[in-house]
Amino acid sequence: MAKEDLTCELAVVGGGPAGLAAAIEAAKAGVRVSVFDENEKPGGQLFKQIHKFFGSKEHQAGTRGHDIGYYLLDECERVGVDTRLNTVVWGIEEGKIGIIDGKTSKIVDAKRAIIATGASENPLSFPGWTLPGVMGAGACQTMMNAHRVLPGAKVLMVGSGNVGLIVSYQLLLAGAEVVAIVEALPRIGGYVVHAAKLRRAGIPILTSTSILEARGREAVEDATICSLNEDLCPVEGCERILKVDLVCIAVGLSPLAELCWMADCKFKYLSELGGFIPIHDENMRTTLPYLYIAGDVAGVEEASSAIEEGRLAGVAVAEELGYIKEDEAEEEKKNIRNRLSSLRLGPFGDMRARAKLELMRERG
Amino acid sequence: MEKKTDLLSLSQDTGTMSKKELEASPGYSSKDCLEKGSVVVIECTEEIPCDPCETVCKKGAIVVGDPITNLPRLDPEKCNSCGLCIPICPGLAIFMVDATYSKEEGAVSFPHEYLPLPKEGDDVEAVDRRGKTVCKGKVVKVQSPKGYDHTPVVKVAVPNKYIQEVRGMKRSEKGVE
Amino acid sequence: MAPQNNFRIIEHPILGRMEERKRIAIYVDGKKVFAYEGEPISAALVAAGIKVFRYTSNRDEPRGIFCAIGRCTDCVMTVDGQPNVRTCVTLAEEGMKVETQKGLGKWQKKI
Repeated sequence: MAKEDLTCELAVVGGGPAGLAAAIEAAKAGVRVSVFDENEKPGGQLFKQIHKFFGSKEHQAGTRGHDIGYYLLDECERVGVDTRLNTVVWGIEEGKIGIIDGKTSKIVDAKRAIIATGASENPLSFPGWTLPGVMGAGACQTMMNAHRVLPGAKVLMVGSGNVGLIVSYQLLLAGAEVVAIVEALPRIGGYVVHAAKLRRAGIPILTSTSILEARGREAVEDATICSLNEDLCPVEGCERILKVDLVCIAVGLSPLAELCWMADCKFKYLSELGGFIPIHDENMRTTLPYLYIAGDVAGVEEASSAIEEGRLAGVAVAEELGYIKEDEAEEEKKNIRNRLSSLRLGPFGDMRARAKLELMRERG
Repeated sequence: MEKKTDLLSLSQDTGTMSKKELEASPGYSSKDCLEKGSVVVIECTEEIPCDPCETVCKKGAIVVGDPITNLPRLDPEKCNSCGLCIPICPGLAIFMVDATYSKEEGAVSFPHEYLPLPKEGDDVEAVDRRGKTVCKGKVVKVQSPKGYDHTPVVKVAVPNKYIQEVRGMKRSEKGVE
Repeated sequence: MAPQNNFRIIEHPILGRMEERKRIAIYVDGKKVFAYEGEPISAALVAAGIKVFRYTSNRDEPRGIFCAIGRCTDCVMTVDGQPNVRTCVTLAEEGMKVETQKGLGKWQKKI
C-alpha cells in the first residue's frame, strides 16, 4: 500500500448538497478544504431532483433541485474548494482518512472531518424481488434523470412517501406508464399535493395495499398486489395481477454511516430519522471531537435541510480552527438554525424536529 | 364544523381533495369570487413549510405569513390574475378560473409539465381531480416563457358548470419519443 | 404512452433535449451495442433493452440493476476480462467487451 501523505485542515467526505455546502462555508472563511467523492461528478442525489423545492426564499423554494446543484458547484469553484472525484474513502481513524485515488491508496491527514455520505434506499423483500426489473425508486430516478434512459415502460410503485410520489410523477414526465402506486398503510405517506397531481393524471394510489410477488422468467413480467387488513396482512381473495415490467421500491432511506461506525462514534436508533443515527450536538459534532456530520447521514430529511446542516458544520469547523470569530460564528449559526427550524415545521417536520432534539440531548 | 385534520384525512386516503376540504381552505375561491372574472384558486390544504406563492405575488393577494406552514390565504380583491403563482407552486396546486370567459363557457388554467404540450385550438379531454374526463375542452392559451422554468400553463375553455371540476387535461397517447 | 423500443429519453419536459454526445460501440456478449461517451455501461444496456446482467453462482438466477449508484453490486458484469465490475458507475468506453457474468466470474486478464 503506497503511503502518501496529503494534508488538509478539513476533509469533507461526500460531495452531495451537505458536503458541498459545508466545504463552501469553510473555504469562504479561509479553511483549506478537500472534498472527497467516489463519483465522477459531484452533487450527490441533488441532480436527480428535477422538481421545484418547497420551503421559502432563503431555501430557494420554487427552484429545481438540479439548478440548486449547479449553484453550489459554481460557489465551490468561486471560493476555491479542492474537489477530489473518483476517490473512495475507505477508512477513518483519529483524524486520518484512507482514500483510494485511482489505483493508489493514500492517507489523508486532516485536522477536522465532516462526513456527509448521505443515505441509501431500503430494500423490500418479496418473492421475485431479485428479478431484473425490480429496483429502488431512487435507482429508477438516477437512470431517468441522470442517464436519460427509461428502465421500464409499465411501472408499479411500492410506497407512497414523497420519494414514491415524486419518482412516479417523474416516470410520467419521462414517458412511462405508472400502472399503480401501492401503500401498505391506510394513509398516503407523502404530501397530499404530490398525490393530487398524480391523481389528476389518472394514476391510482391504492392504500392498504402491497406487493406480494413479482414474476417473470428472466425479468419482471407481472406483479401481484393485494389489499391488507388493519394488521397489514394480505386479505385472501383480494389479489390482483398487474402487467408491469418495472417495480420500484420506495420504502424509506437509511443513513450510510459506516465511516462513523468505524471511527467509533456513538449512535442512537431513531426510526423517524431512518435508523441508526450518529449522535451529534447543535454544531453537528459527533461524540468524537474531530468528527462532524451533515445531511442524510445525520438523519434522513430533505436536500434543503442537508444544505443547512452542511453550512452549520462548515461554520462550526471554521470557528474551531480559528478562522471565524466566536460572535460572528454564533450569529451565522443562529441564522442557519432558524432556517433549519422553519424546515422542520408542520405535521411532517414536527416528528423530525423532535427526533433531532432527542439526538442532540444524548450528546449533551 | 369539522376539524381541519378530519377533512384532510379524506385526501390522505385517496390523494384527491374533497369539496369540503377545499372550501375550508383559505386559498380556495368560492362561488361569489368567481363571478367577478378571472381569479386564482389555491388547492393547498396541508401544512408544509412553503411560501413561494406569497413571494411571487406582486399584489400581496396571497398571504402565508409566519410560520410558513400556514395555508396560503387568497384575497380575490387584490388578485389581478397575472397567473405567476401557477408555475411557481412546487406542489402544482394553484389554478386560475374565469367564469366570465364567454356566455356559456368558463376557462380553467392549470400547470401542465407533460410532453407533448398541446397547441392553441386543440380539442382535449378535460379531467377532474381524479383524472376522469368530465367534458371536452378547447385549448385557448398555452404559456411557457423562460420565467415559468419548464412549468407551462395551459388554459382550456369548458362549459361553465365544470369550472370547479376541471383541473387538467388527458395526457396525449403519444408520450415521449 | 410509453416509448416503444427505444428506451432513451430524447426529449424531456424538464431536462430538455438530450445533448449531443459522441456515439461509441461496446460489445455485449459479442454483440455490438451503441453507447454514448461518458455514460455508465448500465445506461447503454438499459437503452438496448438488456435487463439481465449476470446469473448467481448457486441457483443461476438472473440479476440486474438495483441501486444504480454503486452500493449494492447487483449490476456487476465482466468488463474487458475483469469480473465484478459495477456497471452502474463504470463508464462505457469505445470497444469495451462486456460479458454477462456467471457467479463470481473468472479473471481473464493479467492485473
